[in-house]
Amino acid sequence: MITLDAITRSFGSKHVLRGVDLVVPTGQSTVIIGGSGTGKSVLLKCILGLIEPDGGKITLDGVDVHEGERDAFLARFGMLFQGGALFDSFSVWENVAFRLLRGALKRPKAEAREIAIEKLRRVGLSPDVADLYPAELSGGMQKRVGLARAIAAEPEIIFFDEPTTGLDPIMAGVINELIREIVTEMGATAMTITHDMSSVRAIADRVAMLHAGKIRWEGPIAEMDETSDPYVQQFIHGRAEGPIETLR
Amino acid sequence: MNAAALSRPLAALGRATLALMAATGRLSLFVGETLSHLLRPPFYLREFWLACLNIGWLSLPVVGMTALFTGAALALQIYAGGARFSAEQVVPSITAIGMVRELGPVLGGLMVAARVASSIAAEIGTMKVTEQIDALTTLSTNPMKYLTVPRVLAATLCVPMLVGVGDVIGIMGGWMVGVNRLGFNSATYLKNTWDFLEFWDVGSGLVKGAAFGFIVATMGCYHGMNSGRGAQGVGRATKSAVVAASVAILAANYVLTEAFFSA
Repeated sequence: MITLDAITRSFGSKHVLRGVDLVVPTGQSTVIIGGSGTGKSVLLKCILGLIEPDGGKITLDGVDVHEGERDAFLARFGMLFQGGALFDSFSVWENVAFRLLRGALKRPKAEAREIAIEKLRRVGLSPDVADLYPAELSGGMQKRVGLARAIAAEPEIIFFDEPTTGLDPIMAGVINELIREIVTEMGATAMTITHDMSSVRAIADRVAMLHAGKIRWEGPIAEMDETSDPYVQQFIHGRAEGPIETLR
Repeated sequence: MNAAALSRPLAALGRATLALMAATGRLSLFVGETLSHLLRPPFYLREFWLACLNIGWLSLPVVGMTALFTGAALALQIYAGGARFSAEQVVPSITAIGMVRELGPVLGGLMVAARVASSIAAEIGTMKVTEQIDALTTLSTNPMKYLTVPRVLAATLCVPMLVGVGDVIGIMGGWMVGVNRLGFNSATYLKNTWDFLEFWDVGSGLVKGAAFGFIVATMGCYHGMNSGRGAQGVGRATKSAVVAASVAILAANYVLTEAFFSA
């Protein structure tokens, strides 16, 4: 279980997170929704230690994330980045097996390649793709490779940063389905940030809305449509009119 | 003119000074962190060899051509200058000492700065804006160890070798001009060169090369790691890396020359 307690983070005079309190239950898929620039990615990066929060406390299974061995902590996580963040200089299989080719989880090269190909197959890519380079792949294929890399070391917790951004609706649907299937079969804790409502409905067990630097609403996906919170209603129905200010 | 208008230039100077101090502090911390990682495992040998290939082997043509033409031009200049007081015979020795002590390391360093600092800053900067550096961290790989340390180590080891090769090619450039254009006897030219040079003439240039290699890679990595967002951010990081590396090389050259040769 990941617990965020009064997390704050500012960039210069811009206060992005103003006291975020959130619990991400083990084995469930939590989706954070919110408009662009509300700090969803910052929140995710704070948990991973990629960005240092200004204040507050983040714990994983009751232990402060800053305590203990950093490599062991990170080994529990997998992450799919918004743009894939694949390494240009490595082939697809080397990207997927990156963690298995070095560090504490190092395996023999042949075994790492075999695992990478199996993970590629799991995300719907044929073994022929393994020796291509990221630049030779379409956007959808890059997302799948990123997903394969995120699950390659079988992490307990997987983060998905805008998993369907830039994809056509069909490919977005395929990625959503893959995420749901993989999270369920691995029994992993998932945390996704998105503003794509079709992703939310496909992936989420629980939903939390981030607005003005705080969690505005939180609850099971089944309760999202029924909530009377005007901010949530405006966001999920994509209305221009409402309490959330929009630029015109 | 009121007091506010008078204080404006002072405020601007203060801001610039503070910014310079902050940048110096950040760079010092970056260097300190790099050095601390040099001695601690894990070591990424594949990355190190790739960096050696890129920084050392692939820089050979540009450093070699620079040295060749510089040595040739230097021989012509020394001949023309020496002729004013009937000292044309000093061409082999002065060309050699000029190349190995100053021009070989400095021009070699500057050419490597142009070629390598820019490519390192652009590569790492692009990795930063496309979140590849964040991805490295989430994959339990320290970006300093994986990206910076192999490049800095490779540059520190490879640039002296490039300087050594450049010295030889530069002297050969002077020899070609001396023999073919200025009428020197080939064997005499080479003998004068060999007899005149001392070990420390060459050694000091190689030490300078190591310092310049360290500067080039450190500046490339530092500006890449601190790149701003988007294409403009990466472009600015690349430009800053080359400018900072070039200026630092020239400044370090003066300091090292003072340290090695001041009476």
